Amino acid sequence: MTVMGHLAAGALGIETLGMTMRFGGFTALDRVSIRVAPGSFHALLGENGAGKSTLVKCMMGFYHATEGQMLVDGREARVPDPRAAHALGLGMVYQHFTLVPSLTAAENLVISRKDAPRIIDWRSENAALEAFMAQMPFAVPLDQPVRALSAGEKQKLEILKQLYLGRRFLILDEPTSVLTPDEADEVLGHVKALCREGRITVLMITHKFREVTAYADEVTVLRRGRLAGTGRVAELSHADMARMMMGDAELAQPAPRAGEAGPAVLSVEGVRARDRSGLKEIVIDALEVRAGEIVGIAGISGNGQMELMEILTGQRPAEAGTIRVKQTPYHARREEARVKCVRYLPEEPLHNACAAKMSVTENIAFRTFDMNGSGTRFWLSGREMKARAADLVAAFRVKTASLDAPMASLSGGNVQRAVLARELTGDVDLLVISNPCFGLDFTAVAEIRARIMAARNGGAAVLLMSEDLDEIMELSDRVLVMSEGRIAYARAVAEADLAEIGHHMGGHA
Amino acid sequence: MESDLGLWAIPIAMLGGAIRVSTPFLFVSLGEVLTERSGRINLGLEGTLVFGAMSGYAVAFLTGNAWAGVGAAAICGALFGLLHGLICSLPRVNDIAVGIALMLLGMGLAFFFGKPFIQPVAPDLPSISFGWWSDLPQVRAALQVNVLFLIGIVAAVALWWMFRATKVGLVIRVVGDSTDAARAMGLSPPLIRTLATAAGGAFAGVGGAYLSLFYPGSWNEGISSGQGLMAVALVIFARWNPIYCFWAAILFGAAGALGPALQSVGVSTGYYLFYAAPYVLTLGVLIATSSPTRAMTGAPGELSITK
Repeated sequence: MTVMGHLAAGALGIETLGMTMRFGGFTALDRVSIRVAPGSFHALLGENGAGKSTLVKCMMGFYHATEGQMLVDGREARVPDPRAAHALGLGMVYQHFTLVPSLTAAENLVISRKDAPRIIDWRSENAALEAFMAQMPFAVPLDQPVRALSAGEKQKLEILKQLYLGRRFLILDEPTSVLTPDEADEVLGHVKALCREGRITVLMITHKFREVTAYADEVTVLRRGRLAGTGRVAELSHADMARMMMGDAELAQPAPRAGEAGPAVLSVEGVRARDRSGLKEIVIDALEVRAGEIVGIAGISGNGQMELMEILTGQRPAEAGTIRVKQTPYHARREEARVKCVRYLPEEPLHNACAAKMSVTENIAFRTFDMNGSGTRFWLSGREMKARAADLVAAFRVKTASLDAPMASLSGGNVQRAVLARELTGDVDLLVISNPCFGLDFTAVAEIRARIMAARNGGAAVLLMSEDLDEIMELSDRVLVMSEGRIAYARAVAEADLAEIGHHMGGHA
Repeated sequence: MESDLGLWAIPIAMLGGAIRVSTPFLFVSLGEVLTERSGRINLGLEGTLVFGAMSGYAVAFLTGNAWAGVGAAAICGALFGLLHGLICSLPRVNDIAVGIALMLLGMGLAFFFGKPFIQPVAPDLPSISFGWWSDLPQVRAALQVNVLFLIGIVAAVALWWMFRATKVGLVIRVVGDSTDAARAMGLSPPLIRTLATAAGGAFAGVGGAYLSLFYPGSWNEGISSGQGLMAVALVIFARWNPIYCFWAAILFGAAGALGPALQSVGVSTGYYLFYAAPYVLTLGVLIATSSPTRAMTGAPGELSITK
């Protein structure tokens, strides 16, 4: 196969010279020059909107840089489209998987090849794939549909696909955001080994300092579209890198913890439900969240957290068991949620907590539009709704073109803020949150975490589900781990051990 | 009771009916599988089916060759599919609405052009007798298998193989499952969907030709009793698998034959109710296979009805 021939050619070095990208009047990338040596593992750090994606998209040919040029192995290269980049040996692994879920791993690999045969002789293809896999440091079951693979296996398969296609310069876009710490270490360790052997060069977009220190040789930091610093990782501390990333911006500090945990607000007993595929069961034997505490549920996505969230929000019926809020049964009806002061911030709020095409004003009014003081109303008051939305948008610093703009036109962080504004206003006794900071930049993350902590200190019971273990450890009073639809681990945060949590997340304990 | 078979006549008649009635179901559902696997849904196949019946009958009558009629029906079906595919490739066009419009258009055009062909008699499609070993006329009649039915079986297996072991098949599945992944591979999803819809339309056209050229075997305005629409339900029932489509078509065909079979043994009460069996089965299947909490397995990810 041709694939092996490419691999032998070895790692590519890439340099950008004064790369600039303007979208209309906005300069997303301003004269950025970086140098990635062949066979090195190079980290690209920066907040959301710092220009990291713009830079790599220019390199991959998705965007045409307004100015500047790129050198591949010392020679000037023109990359009009991604195909040209692929032909040069550049490949990218995206943050969101680009594998086709219903195809098997083997089918995904073969069909991604440019020279895929018209009629696929599976016997010889499988033999060739096995020979290829034998050379690789990690394996993935090839006969399974990708849908059935774990996130770690998918990520490995994405990287394998790039190697299979003969790419010699890999751009990884936050490759570990969906992996457990163990999986992340395994994948990055193998990638690093491939770099050392001189087979590939890696440019990794990340925001995890730990991974930069542990795996990268060199680091480049972008801030607001400009080069903020670069250097050898060995010579930089976390504080140096943080300073380069953030400049002088003040981060909102999480409010200190205050107050003791009170009586139980949410108690879940013996709840069972089917998961999305209908094949696995979610079983929550006992879960209790008390007033004035944050209970964090860690776990890799797809282990039942989403289903638990849906049960609590009433989106998914439970087959058995009881859910009590303040000692009385709770069925997640709107009326009950209002009386018992239960509020939600589900993951993907645009999809799960908003009507995307309705206006910001209307979305913010979802909990109150039919209320008139403590009674109900028939005729809505547009003026009151607007005034309230204006107050909340200002208080939570939601950036929107206008109050009448459809919710879908807001950026992810602003949708999150708008939903938080709605959910955290008024009395909150129970707050159920899932992945509140996914895909948000540092300042937004700090602000949202501060608000969650403030709600806890105000006496609310908070149930926080997150795939970001750092977030769980920072905010929680107690940590639980969900694995294969069950709660596999529970500790007070002070007694929790990160390694042990990691093992439980991976289902190995 | 031995001589007239008694109640045994019912399963035999249903078997024969299943083979006779299932062919249009099979072709339309294979066409729909092809279309839906590429990520589009074509509800217009009912119209394509009726137009295929008319054009197939007309061409068979004018040329005196039933196979020429089948070819013409396939071409007309492909044109309808192409039209659907091209319209749906425009931005912000809903494939379901376009499908309903094309269904009505297809039926209207078929009635308009088909008026002069209601009286004349066109040649029938040939069939092969698999009942030679039996003395019973009922069994012989039941095993009178049309060539198109056999072609349908071959087509089902061929489609199944295509989705598994050819580049074209994998490309269609990629496009149907993830537009983003397809784009990342440098494929053009609208083009592939349009071609798949056109090919699917050709299948439906052939299904229509079977109606007018074999069973019932004449052209009139009531020739289709909603087979084109039921085939869409059948595809969901068959989990987008061409082989399952065959079994589902047989099942629906047998249900369709229940009424006539009962009538033939003299059950005459509740006769219209038994004629409704395929529709009841459609409803039953849709209810039984639906779930508010489960994602549908096997459904192409880009399909607008399952998204």
